[in-house]
Amino acid sequence: MNTTILLLLFTPLVGFLINTFFGKSLGKTISGVLGTTAIVVSFLCAICLFSQINANGKSFTFHLADWFSIGNIKINFSFLFDQLSVLWLLFVTGIGSLIHLYSISYMHEDENMHKFFSYLNLFVFFMIALVAGSNLLIMFIGWEGVGLCSYLLIGFWYKNQDYNDAAKKAFIMNRIGDLGFLIGIFILGYIFNSLEFSEIAKGINSEVFLKTIDLPLLSLAALCLFIGACGKSAQLPLATWLPDAMAGPTPVSALIHAATMVTAGIFMITRMNFLFDLTPDIQNIIAIVGAITAIVAASIGLVQNDIKKVLAYSTVSQLGLMFLALGLGAYEVAVFHVITHAFFKACLFLGSGSVIHALHGEQDMRNMGGLRKVMPITFWTMMISTLAISGIFPFSGFWSKDEILMTAFHTNIPLWVVGSIASIMTAFYMFRLMYLTFFNDFRGTEEQKHHLHESPALITIPLVILATLAAIGGAISLPGNSWLNHYLAPLFAHKSHEAHTLGTTEYTLMAVATLGALLGIAIAYSKYLMKKEIPVVDEEVQGLHKVLSNKYYLDEIYMASIVKPIYVISNFAKNYVEKFISTAVIGIGGATYALSIKGKKIQNGNIGVYLFAFIFGMVGFLVYVFIIRDVK
Amino acid sequence: MNILEHVGIGNYITLSALLFCIGAFGLLYRRNAIIMFMSIEIMLNAVNLLLVAFSSYHEDPSGQVFVFFTMAVAAAEVAVGLAILVSVFRNIGNIDIDNLKNLKG
Repeated sequence: MNTTILLLLFTPLVGFLINTFFGKSLGKTISGVLGTTAIVVSFLCAICLFSQINANGKSFTFHLADWFSIGNIKINFSFLFDQLSVLWLLFVTGIGSLIHLYSISYMHEDENMHKFFSYLNLFVFFMIALVAGSNLLIMFIGWEGVGLCSYLLIGFWYKNQDYNDAAKKAFIMNRIGDLGFLIGIFILGYIFNSLEFSEIAKGINSEVFLKTIDLPLLSLAALCLFIGACGKSAQLPLATWLPDAMAGPTPVSALIHAATMVTAGIFMITRMNFLFDLTPDIQNIIAIVGAITAIVAASIGLVQNDIKKVLAYSTVSQLGLMFLALGLGAYEVAVFHVITHAFFKACLFLGSGSVIHALHGEQDMRNMGGLRKVMPITFWTMMISTLAISGIFPFSGFWSKDEILMTAFHTNIPLWVVGSIASIMTAFYMFRLMYLTFFNDFRGTEEQKHHLHESPALITIPLVILATLAAIGGAISLPGNSWLNHYLAPLFAHKSHEAHTLGTTEYTLMAVATLGALLGIAIAYSKYLMKKEIPVVDEEVQGLHKVLSNKYYLDEIYMASIVKPIYVISNFAKNYVEKFISTAVIGIGGATYALSIKGKKIQNGNIGVYLFAFIFGMVGFLVYVFIIRDVK
Repeated sequence: MNILEHVGIGNYITLSALLFCIGAFGLLYRRNAIIMFMSIEIMLNAVNLLLVAFSSYHEDPSGQVFVFFTMAVAAAEVAVGLAILVSVFRNIGNIDIDNLKNLKG
């Protein structure tokens, strides 16, 4: 078992090291195959662990090495394998493998392909550390590591300054969240004298603790952790980095900015569910932030024309729905949606990558259209995923989204309304994307039309696999008979569960949700297929449409309220504070120098003078000691 | 003790002070490095004389022992000093210290 765990943890790291140091000389194909193999090995190990834990239900901790201890807090390099972490490992490495495979073909034109694969491998390594770490600090290492890889990969095409800026934006926004996370870790360490999840869980459920509970401090810790999750999972107000992160190559968007890294926040909150259950105020905040993010991002997604931007806003919106579920305490529902979302969103991103690949880098949907006949596999796989994300029966998204909305309906009707509207919007913009991309006539240049082609097998195979999973993935948690809820039950052992029974309300809700999705699809159908409308050029948009196109002016607001004031302060510091300090420092140096210029005259090199000074000084000293002092 | 009965301790102190002053002035006025070395030796020996005199006066032999150390150090100092002077002479042809100004600041 130890070998399996070591292989799981370290093959991506080995892949990263080999690709970093020897990738260039290995050649593109070998370096790609090597990177993919590393992840596949991890995936196979994850399957082993999963089958073991699924069979006997026992979680265990793997102790790799001691790290350090301060006072009573002992930190080890140890990894926790339980239902949650193994499930996450399974889909991280699984989808990771598919996307690596896809990248072999997709990135083949790029001169720095080995670098791409080494970054991707490093990302998977850190993601495994994040997920499997048995204490908050190991999780934090992974958390920072995936942030770094995200930065490196967004700015992968570093010659384009906009892409570099997007990478920096992602990194800085994440830093804000990370600071919150770090403060949360400190507070928890202060309260519980340990950072191990098991210890914190034990401490929090002990009778002594429940009697002497310091709720404000605990709430503060929970809030700080949630801020961390906001940064990583792109929730408002830290959401704006994710759409810009689409500057990275499409496989990166699929792996990091849709399927895995951005779900780290949800993972962390699920991991710390015992903490959040004690702080209902913070749970409310999470639910509200999630709902607002879901609807704001969905509404922006309605008018985007860049195919990847639509998917990016859709990701933010879906993450918002997951946070809504987390805030309502329905952790297993959020996990369910994370998994189905990983399937269909990865498929959609890879499909959009296939389209972009066929059009040689064209991302504007206004210049696409009619691709259905040339790219049938891409079209059908994306269609399945679109149906899934829109929540059409019986695709996976239907089940997971429906459960979120059902939970919301049972606890908080306004949140249900917001979530439902966001879902209708989702159905609309996703079908808008499909109609604009794949239907009607091709609107690009003749040159592009000439080169249109279906993508090679390495691209279509991952698409087909992911589309299959997107179609049937809902089977893991069907209402009434949920394998997932049963599987995850040990994690939420401290609270009793009422399973949703399927009654009239539930069937009505399902019908309402489906009708909503169909409504969204119908609007998109009449607008873009019947009337063959094409979105107007950017300068002509007006009114509400303009506000949406400009993303509610969020970037501008941040610019004016945060970036500009910081510039003013730093300019003041640069022009006045800095000047004052450097004048003082340079002044002291200058004075010393001037003095030494005068002083060095005394050292004229004449030994006679030195001797005279020496003897005269000696005599003066003696005169003082024996005559002047005695007279006094 | 018996020596000090014939000649008082005050005479030794006076003689020692005189020798020391002669040495000091020699060091200041002369420009020839060898003469300056001799002046330094005179000063050292003035101190030695004083040490021996007080050693007798206090009936404490440690002062005399100390003189031996002073002499040994003086001998070593002269050996090194003369070696330096020889190499100075080889380089600039004389040993007048007024010519040794290369270390001027």
